[in-house]
Amino acid sequence: MSSKTLFEKIWEQHVIVEEPGGPALLYIDLHLVHEVTSPQAFEGLRAAGRKVRAPQRTFGTLDHNVPTTDRSLPIADPQSARQVEAMRRNCAEFGIQLFDLGSREQGIVHVIGPELGLTQPGMTIVCGDSHTSTHGALGALAFGIGTSEVEHVLATQCLWQSKPKIMEIWVEGELGPGVSAKDLILGIIGRTNVDGATGHVIEYRGPTIKRLSIEERMTICNMSIEAGARAGMVSPDEKTVEYLRGRRYAPKGRAFEREAERWLRLATDSDAKFDKSYRFRAEEFAPQVTWGTNPAMVVDVTGKVPDPSSFADPLVRAAAERALEYMGLVPGTPITEIKIDRVFIGSCTNSRLHDLMTAAAVVKGRKVAPGVRAMVVPGSQQVKAAAEALGLDRIFKEAGFEWRESGCSMCLGMNPDILKPGERCASTSNRNFEGRQGPGGRTHLVSPAMAAAAALEGHFVDVRTMKIEPIEQL
Amino acid sequence: MRAFRKVTGLVAPLNKNNVDTDQIIPKQFLKSVERKGLKAGLFYGWRFTPDGREVADFVLNLPQYQGASILVTGANFGCGSSREHAVWALDDFGFRAIIAPSFADIFRTNCFKNGLLPVVLDPQTVHRIMERALSGSGYRLTVDLEDQTVTDKEGLEARFDIEPFQKRRLLEGLDDIGLTLVYSAQIEAYERLHPVPFFMEEQTN
Repeated sequence: MSSKTLFEKIWEQHVIVEEPGGPALLYIDLHLVHEVTSPQAFEGLRAAGRKVRAPQRTFGTLDHNVPTTDRSLPIADPQSARQVEAMRRNCAEFGIQLFDLGSREQGIVHVIGPELGLTQPGMTIVCGDSHTSTHGALGALAFGIGTSEVEHVLATQCLWQSKPKIMEIWVEGELGPGVSAKDLILGIIGRTNVDGATGHVIEYRGPTIKRLSIEERMTICNMSIEAGARAGMVSPDEKTVEYLRGRRYAPKGRAFEREAERWLRLATDSDAKFDKSYRFRAEEFAPQVTWGTNPAMVVDVTGKVPDPSSFADPLVRAAAERALEYMGLVPGTPITEIKIDRVFIGSCTNSRLHDLMTAAAVVKGRKVAPGVRAMVVPGSQQVKAAAEALGLDRIFKEAGFEWRESGCSMCLGMNPDILKPGERCASTSNRNFEGRQGPGGRTHLVSPAMAAAAALEGHFVDVRTMKIEPIEQL
Repeated sequence: MRAFRKVTGLVAPLNKNNVDTDQIIPKQFLKSVERKGLKAGLFYGWRFTPDGREVADFVLNLPQYQGASILVTGANFGCGSSREHAVWALDDFGFRAIIAPSFADIFRTNCFKNGLLPVVLDPQTVHRIMERALSGSGYRLTVDLEDQTVTDKEGLEARFDIEPFQKRRLLEGLDDIGLTLVYSAQIEAYERLHPVPFFMEEQTN
């Protein structure tokens, strides 16, 4: 009777009022703001003469629309520069801490939240960005919102929410060598489809998830939205506690120990009920490569580009035909015969230290294939510094990769990092939608190791066939 | 917010599932700091060729769908990015209601915040509406929020569900923030019991 899921515990602790038969007014513990989805919200506040209710619970970063080249130079695109200026002005006027370009804390909003210890178990966290689901890896209820809701949270620190359903995704068994958290989540989305979790919050459970590091759990939770779920979460455990210990905004000393005990009690009770459940075995997943224009259009690296006529539903068949036309692919082509022009290692999905270490291990002592342009964009200035301390920047640069400043970069191509029409990219980001990385650009979603391997060979390769020495953390 | 009661209008058919918000409005239009004028970017990659000419056979470029105020489309419309610009662009283009078998969660919420009505109907009914709209003969529908019905002159009468809270907000055009501030005392009480959870120290940079 009293058995509850992590989600239910967090939800109940944050309800301010509940409309009969309607949504609940939830208190929001942490609001993260970036330059692209906030200017209209601040403008709305100003027009109504309102203040930010809880500036000390609101943090800003510049990430979506910023160059990843030399930060000492001015931003060349006048529209981008105006948006960045607006963010600075808004944060100053409303008393919000901004992790500006040039600060040691700047980075992708979903990388810096956990890294700075702002993201904590049991919190409600929102941001005007759909990949806010990432923060659920630490046992928070975190989801993306639109700009009107950003304005609402700025003004009231609350949000009206209808209670979603809860989906369990249970994974047990061992992921094979060369198979990463990214392959696992891509494989799961391929099996559940892009709207399989609409209306739900996903909790990822089971021994395989337990064994993943916090960074790997972030990769999984990050892509929950690509399955339609607004939020993805993992129950807090000892790894969560150890990840947060000593982080800048996390509690300190005795307060930390007290909070850690509370966090661990939030974990889903053993006999809690879910609205829907999926069970997977880790062994069934191989390295994944997307072939189409949504993340569920994915196959094993050992597979082939599918034949649209193999899909019975006419709308699904038409979508596959359109996707292959856009992607310039022929049915039946082995995935490993697809040649690539560009490689992007970065984004809120795969730009953390562990991701860069895995990619660097593949790259070490080898060279980027002639004709391929490859870049690494660390998720934050802290990730960049940590990677440089390990010498990863040298490994990448000696192989022929570009080593950039932190930001969202080519994941959504708002800054100058974009594909040219027709260019084909092996990308560690989260969306392969038409035009996502630049009009006419062709995106294949892969893991960091698979992206690195493709950079070296000029086409996709099964990273499991390569001899790789892991890079040790200091 | 603009209220929504009843709309009668021309129906434009976009017969695809999983239309993502990157297609509804591509990133180059997200650099604006305004809500207005976004119709220029609506379905930009589908409406225009890379060199800026109109794609003749895209539905919104066809003469028979000019002035449409209702869009009928496939499942999971509005998936992907949370960008509210997608709703602002649809609204700016003249759409007042969208009919689909399902919507992505964030997009649907964004619609409600802007007085654009997302109508969920069963797949068979959406299919009937799609067929009639595709016939290109000036097919019109009436979407009535008060009655929760979609009707046409050919005898279609379909009921749709909507949360009572959203219905009231839309019918009355209520301002969300104003509605929430009624609960200020409760919010203050909550904040007294739940102090800010962030450890503060001197800034280091």
